[in-house]
Amino acid sequence: MKRFAALIDRLIYTRSRNTKLALIVDYLRYTPDPDRGWALAALTDALDFPAVKAGTVRALLATRVDEELFRLSRQFVGDTAETAALLWPDPLSVRGEERPSLPKPRLESPAAVLRDDPSTSSASPQDERDYLSVADAVAALSAASRSDAPAVLAALLDRLDADGRYALLKLALGGMRVGVSARLAKQAFAQAFDVPIDDVEELWHAIPAPYQPLFAWGEGRAPRPDLADVPFFRPFMLAHPLEQEAIDLADFAAEWKWDGIRVQIVRAGGRRGGETRIYSRGGEEIGGAFPELVAAFDQDAVIDGELLVRGEAQGGVEGGAASFNALQQRLGRKTVTKRMLADFPAFVRVYDLLDVDGEDLRGLPWEARRRQLEAFVPRLAESHFDLSPVIEADHFDHLAELRAGARDAAIEGVMLKRRDAPYVAGRRAGLWYKWKRDPLTADCVMMYAQRGNGRRASFYSDYTFGCWTDAGELLPVGKAYSGFTDEELKWLDKFVRDHTVDRFGPVREVEKALVLEVAFDSIHASKRHKSGLAMRFPRIARIRRDKPAEEADRIATLQAMVT
Amino acid sequence: MAKATHWLEPHPHGLYVRPADLWIDPSRPVARAAVTHGHADHARSGHEAVFATPETLAIMALRYGIDAAASHNAAMSYGNGFERGGVRFSFHPAGHVLGSAQILMEHAGERIVVTGDYKRRADPTCTPFEVVPCDIFITEATFGLPVFRHPPTAEEIAKLLAAVRAEPDRAVLVGAYALGKAQRVIAELRRAGWDAPIFIHGALERMCALYAEHGVDLGELRLVSDADKAEMAGQIVLAPPSALNDRWSRRLPDPVTAMASGWMRVRQRARQRMVELPLVLSDHADWDELTATIAEVNPQESWITHGSEDGLLRWCELHQRKARALHLVGRDLEEEA
Repeated sequence: MKRFAALIDRLIYTRSRNTKLALIVDYLRYTPDPDRGWALAALTDALDFPAVKAGTVRALLATRVDEELFRLSRQFVGDTAETAALLWPDPLSVRGEERPSLPKPRLESPAAVLRDDPSTSSASPQDERDYLSVADAVAALSAASRSDAPAVLAALLDRLDADGRYALLKLALGGMRVGVSARLAKQAFAQAFDVPIDDVEELWHAIPAPYQPLFAWGEGRAPRPDLADVPFFRPFMLAHPLEQEAIDLADFAAEWKWDGIRVQIVRAGGRRGGETRIYSRGGEEIGGAFPELVAAFDQDAVIDGELLVRGEAQGGVEGGAASFNALQQRLGRKTVTKRMLADFPAFVRVYDLLDVDGEDLRGLPWEARRRQLEAFVPRLAESHFDLSPVIEADHFDHLAELRAGARDAAIEGVMLKRRDAPYVAGRRAGLWYKWKRDPLTADCVMMYAQRGNGRRASFYSDYTFGCWTDAGELLPVGKAYSGFTDEELKWLDKFVRDHTVDRFGPVREVEKALVLEVAFDSIHASKRHKSGLAMRFPRIARIRRDKPAEEADRIATLQAMVT
Repeated sequence: MAKATHWLEPHPHGLYVRPADLWIDPSRPVARAAVTHGHADHARSGHEAVFATPETLAIMALRYGIDAAASHNAAMSYGNGFERGGVRFSFHPAGHVLGSAQILMEHAGERIVVTGDYKRRADPTCTPFEVVPCDIFITEATFGLPVFRHPPTAEEIAKLLAAVRAEPDRAVLVGAYALGKAQRVIAELRRAGWDAPIFIHGALERMCALYAEHGVDLGELRLVSDADKAEMAGQIVLAPPSALNDRWSRRLPDPVTAMASGWMRVRQRARQRMVELPLVLSDHADWDELTATIAEVNPQESWITHGSEDGLLRWCELHQRKARALHLVGRDLEEEA
C-alpha cells in the first residue's frame, strides 16, 4: 500500500504526461503481482466495491471523530476521502513532539521511491509484519458486506499512515482523479515490458483485474493470452490529414466524415450468453451511456462506425444525423434516463467490419471488407444501425466539389481510404486520409486570460474572446489556448500583462483592444454561454494587431454559421 | 471572570487595553501599539509608538522604515516588560519567527496572554515557545481543524533534499514566506547538512541579512539575479510564493516547484497553487499543538482568533473548556502559514 500511496501522491502533483508515464512504468516493473494489477485497475477506475460508498466512510468517521469537527473539516478540504484520510487517528503519531521519523523517500529517483526495497526503507520489523498490500485491501473490501463494511474499512485504515489512508479510500470509493487515462496506463504497460501497444490494447479489456496473464505475457513468462469468446477492443485504424491536393480515386474510396464520435462495437461469446461492449477511440468502455445500442447489437461481430444522434443537421433529412452538439447531451454519462433516450436517440453509421462470426477480417483489403460489410449490415436492426455510403465521384475535382458542399450539409469532411489496405492499428502513412472541410473563422476580441499548465505555467496562454452584440456589448464566444507559435505566445503574454484592467483570482481581464482571428470547426447553439454560442475546436489562427477592436465580428455573424 | 471585558476590548481591528490606552497588533495606525511579531498582518506601519521585542522592532524598521531606536518606541526583550495605566505588560517567546512574542498582561488580579502566532516544535531561527500561566488565553487558530497535523520537520526537509538529488538538471524552487519561513527552511537545510550555496530571490535578501545579524547562521546565500541559469541546476532556490509561477521563474533551469506551508497538507490546495512538491512546513501550531497548548496552559477561558475559530471552539466545547471566538479583521494567513 505504501508504494501505491507514493505513486498516487506523485501522480497527483505531476502535471507532465511523460513524468506520469515514467512513474507508472517504474511502478509496474518493480511491484510484484498481484498488487501492480490491482493498482492499475484502481488508476483506471476499473474497480468497484458495492459495499463501500462515501456514506459508509462518513458514517464510519462519525464513530471516531466528532461530527461537527468532521463537517467543518470536510467543508475546508472539499473531498470526503481526503478529509477522512487526514482525520483518521494516526497509530504512529506521538503528540506534541517530533515523532521518530519514518522516512518516506518519496522523491528520490522514481525507481528508488516506488520500490519498497528493504535497503532504502527503514520499516521496522513491526511494520514488515503489519505490511498491508494492495491485494489485501482489495480482498478485504471485495469480501465486505454492507453491514460489516465499516468495520472492515476501519481495520484497514488503522494499519496505514495518512498517505496510505488516502490511497486506500480513493481505491475503495473510486474517482482517483490523478490524470491517468486508460490510454496512458496501457502505454505505460507497453513501455514497461517493451511490448506493442496494439497488443496491450487488445488484451487489456479481455482480462479482468489484476491482469496476471497480461503481466506474465509482458514479462515473457507465458504466451499471449487466448481471447476467444471475449469482447476485446481492437485498436482503431486512424487517418492522416490530407496534405497533397490530388489523389487518384482509382486507388482510394471516399466516404463522408460524419461529425459524431468514433466507436467500435464488439460482441463475442455466442448469441446466447454473449456480451456486447462499445469502445470509444481511447478504448474506454462507454456502453453504459448507450444501453439501446448494446441491446440492439445482436451479432457476433466487430464493427467500426460513427455514433450519432438522429436529426437533420448533417446532410439534411437524407443524412439523418443531428449536430455534434446534440450528441454531446448523451456523452460522459454512466447511466441514462428514458427522457434522454427519447430526446436524443442514438444510432451508429457503420463503415467497417473487423470481425464476423469469429473470423478476423482485418487482414483483408478494404474492398473485400466493404463487400462483407454491405452484406452484414442488413443483419443489424435498421433502427439503430445504417451503412455509411461510399461517395460516388468520377474524379478528384468532382470530389473536391462535393466536399465544398459538405459545409452546408454540416458534415465534417471526407475520408479517403486506400482500396487495397488492410485494417491496421494506428496512423499509417498512405492508407487513410481525412480531408476536413476548411475551418470557419471569426475576428474576436480578447477579453480574459489565464495562465497555462506545466511549461506554460508562467505564461498567460488561455484566452477568452468575444464578439459584439448589436448593442455594442462584448460577449464571450469561446476560449482557445493553441494555434500560436512560441514567439507569438511571448507577445500575447506581454500584451496581457501590459493591458490588465482587473483580476479575478487567477483570471486577468484585459483591455478590449486586441483582435484575434479564431479558427473553429463548427459553431453550435449553447445554453451554457451568455452569447448562446459554443465553438468546436477553436484555436488562434492569427493575431490581428492591425485591426481595431470595434471592427471585430458581431454575434449575429456567428449566429448565421450555427449548425 | 467577566472582569476582563472591562479592561480588554476585542475590536475588529485589534485588542484595545483601555486602562493603558494601548492596542495589541492593531490593523490600522494608532497612538500606542504593542506588536507580537513582524508579519504584516500583525505589525502595521504608521503607529506613533511601538512596544515590541528588539528583533520585531528591527524587522519593522526594515519593512516600514520606522526608527527602532527612537525614544517613543520601546524594545522589550523576552521576560521584560513595562507598566502603563496600572497594566503590567511583558513579552515571552512564541516560537513563531525571529522576535515573535506572546504578550502577558496583568491587571486587577488577572493574567491575560495574547499568543500572537505561535508554534511548539523546534525552530533553529527563534526562541522556543514558553508556557505562560494565565486566566485568559488568547490563542491563534490558523490550523484549528483536526485535518492539520504537520509531519516532522526532518521528514519534509528530507523530501526536499531527495528531490534535489533526483533532479540534477533542474533547480528546486521553494516558495517560502519572506519573513520567517524562508530563513527557517534555509537553517533546517543547513542542519541537514546541505552546505552548497542557496540561491534566493531579491525580495528575501534583506530579511536573510537581518536574521544573520541576529546570529542565525544561514550559510552562503546568492542572489538569483547574479547567477547563471546553468549554475542553479541541481541547486535549491528560495522565493516568495508569489514568484513561483511568475515570469521571474523563467530564469531558472526547468524548476521543480515546491512550496513550504502548512496548507500543503491538503492536496487540493497544493494542486491549486500548481505545486509539484508540497512541503508541509509551518510556523503555526498544528491541531495537536493548539489543543495540547490549551490543555497545558489550562486557562479559565480561551479566546480564539484568526483562523478556523469554529474548529477550536468546538474542541473546547467537547472538553468542557470555556471559550469564545474573536473576529478580528485584516488577518491574511494564506501566504505565510
